[in-house]
Amino acid sequence: MHSQRPAHPLPVRILHWIGAGAIICMILSGWAIYDASPSLPFTFPRWMTLGGWLAGGIAWHLSAMWVLFADGLAYLAYGAVSGHFRRDLRPVGPRSVLADLGAAVRFRLGHRLGHFNAVQRLLYSGVIVVICLSVVTGLAIWKPVQLGWLTGLFGGYPIARGIHLAMMGLIVGFLLVHLALVALFPRTLVAMVAPLPAEPATQAQEHGR
Amino acid sequence: MIRRPAVTAGDLAPELARLRRRELARLRRRGFLTRGLSLGSLALLTGCDLSTHSGVDAALWAMLGFNDRVQAALFSRTRLAETYPASAITKPFRFNAYYPEWQVRTVPTHWRLEIAGRVADTAPWTLDKLLALPQEAQITRHICIEGWSQIGQWSGVPLHTFLRRVGADLRARYVAFRCFDGYATSLDMASALHPQTILAVDFEQAPLAPEWGAPLRLRIPTKLGFKSAKNLQAIEVTNTYPGGYWENQGYDWFSGS
Repeated sequence: MHSQRPAHPLPVRILHWIGAGAIICMILSGWAIYDASPSLPFTFPRWMTLGGWLAGGIAWHLSAMWVLFADGLAYLAYGAVSGHFRRDLRPVGPRSVLADLGAAVRFRLGHRLGHFNAVQRLLYSGVIVVICLSVVTGLAIWKPVQLGWLTGLFGGYPIARGIHLAMMGLIVGFLLVHLALVALFPRTLVAMVAPLPAEPATQAQEHGR
Repeated sequence: MIRRPAVTAGDLAPELARLRRRELARLRRRGFLTRGLSLGSLALLTGCDLSTHSGVDAALWAMLGFNDRVQAALFSRTRLAETYPASAITKPFRFNAYYPEWQVRTVPTHWRLEIAGRVADTAPWTLDKLLALPQEAQITRHICIEGWSQIGQWSGVPLHTFLRRVGADLRARYVAFRCFDGYATSLDMASALHPQTILAVDFEQAPLAPEWGAPLRLRIPTKLGFKSAKNLQAIEVTNTYPGGYWENQGYDWFSGS
């Protein structure tokens, strides 16, 4: 029965949490690396970083990198093959985004488990692109000689490093919005762990706030 | 492929204990341990910063070993680091060492480059003898493990020319470098034989000044900056993993670019 499908299929739930752990490790260890030679006029407090110092930060970063890489590839393959991207994340027109965004800022946007509104589609597909860019720029600054063509594609080592840092900033921005919304709708957290059924469309209005 | 010798935790224990003491002393100097419990100090206490022999640190060291094998597989003997025009040279060039600039060592009197290990001819080399060998110049980007980078100009003897000249065993695994400022590092043989790996005698078309590594330094643009050791004293060709100043503290050994 259609309404009995889980809000999030099991592969998405598993890959989400592995990816979440890997991204957190990448960000916190990345801050330890950034602090060794900050390119902006601030550093991250040591208690916020992972690895203790530069070598520890790099060891964490180059370890979590493989987890993120494997998890990301599995997710991209699953999303493309299962229809998850087409059904849930394919961006809709700019008019729907504006309408949903307007409703969201007035706290009137309905939220149905298992269905993605225009703002969610934009944010989730956007953060997937941003994470892919952060992985690719990361490869470009890890291997500026062996993958020199890739580093060149981003305009050389210093620019690729700047883009890598900017992508981190976008991911952190996404996480703040994402966590704030989970705090507002705690049931979405449950649905990302347990197989809660997707809510049928007819109940949509009752969940509007 | 680089095969690092199988090292058991037992072999490393005294070394790691020494490194841990040093690391704790370093952190204490920075007042780190007095700042209370934090994510960073939690990482230290639970051993996630490579200075203890906890399970997490063992896993991190194992991952660094895995990364080194991946990096060795990615390494191409013929792919060259990008070179730049003279107008791209970074000025002023940044001084960097494990000590501040006022501690730079002057060249010892009667300096000779010592050669050891798996080589046919271990006779020491004077600078004049090195200058008589064919020279190569390069303008390449020096990328520090900290993330910053700068473009510099060096010239000197290609290391592969030198290693062949002294009759080195080119199938040995490692080439180790010891410096008279207390520094040390090592390369895999494939990287040592790369055409852009040079024993530099000049920086910006003038003989090396002490702060740039006089009288002789390694310059290897296919690896991170800390591998380009300054103030060379001795070169050894060996099959025993030599480590290095930073490598022993947790910097990833291969550190290829």
